[in-house]
Amino acid sequence: MIVSWPCPGGDEFATVIDHQRRFRVLIVPPLFEEMNRTRRLLASTMRALDGHGIDSFLPDLPGTNESLQDFAGQSLHGWRTAMAHAARHFAATHVLALRGAVLVFPNILPGWVVEPVSGASLLRQLLRTAVIAAREGGAYADSASLFETGRRNGITIAGYDFGAGLIAGLESARPLDEGQREVRQSELGGPALWLRAEPGDDPAQAARLAAIVAGGIAL
Amino acid sequence: MNDDSDSALRAVLGHVLGLSPVRQAALRPASPLLGALPELDSMAIATLFAAIEDRFAVLFDDAELTGETLATYGSLLALVRGKRAP
Repeated sequence: MIVSWPCPGGDEFATVIDHQRRFRVLIVPPLFEEMNRTRRLLASTMRALDGHGIDSFLPDLPGTNESLQDFAGQSLHGWRTAMAHAARHFAATHVLALRGAVLVFPNILPGWVVEPVSGASLLRQLLRTAVIAAREGGAYADSASLFETGRRNGITIAGYDFGAGLIAGLESARPLDEGQREVRQSELGGPALWLRAEPGDDPAQAARLAAIVAGGIAL
Repeated sequence: MNDDSDSALRAVLGHVLGLSPVRQAALRPASPLLGALPELDSMAIATLFAAIEDRFAVLFDDAELTGETLATYGSLLALVRGKRAP
């Protein structure tokens, strides 16, 4: 079900499966387009965790999904603060972070990071998207000058209005995992859904991910 | 050198574009990519290049991310092979 939770800057929404059970996993989604591409995988993972007797919580990052905040006002620091609030509000005992989520997740919780990625790597891909889009429109652009523009004035890429702070923050952001178990895509037994141009679902991968989490909690 | 570029590139295209094994196997050197595959918007192209970089441990310059590179399956395969050559 969808619930709202108190967040600095205004209430946000979260998809939750909550039966007040002992183990409660906060799921921090990947950033930007990868969030949309993995939405169904994460929803399937939540249902699979429910089958293992584990509650789970998938909060919106402010400015994304159903959030009423502007995307342009967001920063990695703000998302980090928001996810720490969500962890407290939902009394999470564990955390599961995918891809760019490792830049903003509450790393004081034990848990799992799936295919962690650096901010620089995400930024490089975003700037390339802008380079390719500019060329399709007949204009010339290169990543270095788009980065300078974005870092000073913000930049719109693929429909997202990136504020200057978010662009600058991505350049130097490294994965924050600290003792969480790293899960590789090869363990999930299928192609990476965060690469897929059209969002897909893969219940078998979700089941494997949930089994890894459930197995780790049982240890 | 045992060159697995062809099969590995088909698999990367399959992962990024969600192509079935049948569609992956049907790619010929002259098969058009850009324009022929509706999934290939600018974000998908950027994702595709990043996935190729990861898979083959190569790096592309901005200048190589052109429509010509993606004109056909053969042109993309040639770029990948050129990058992998010692």
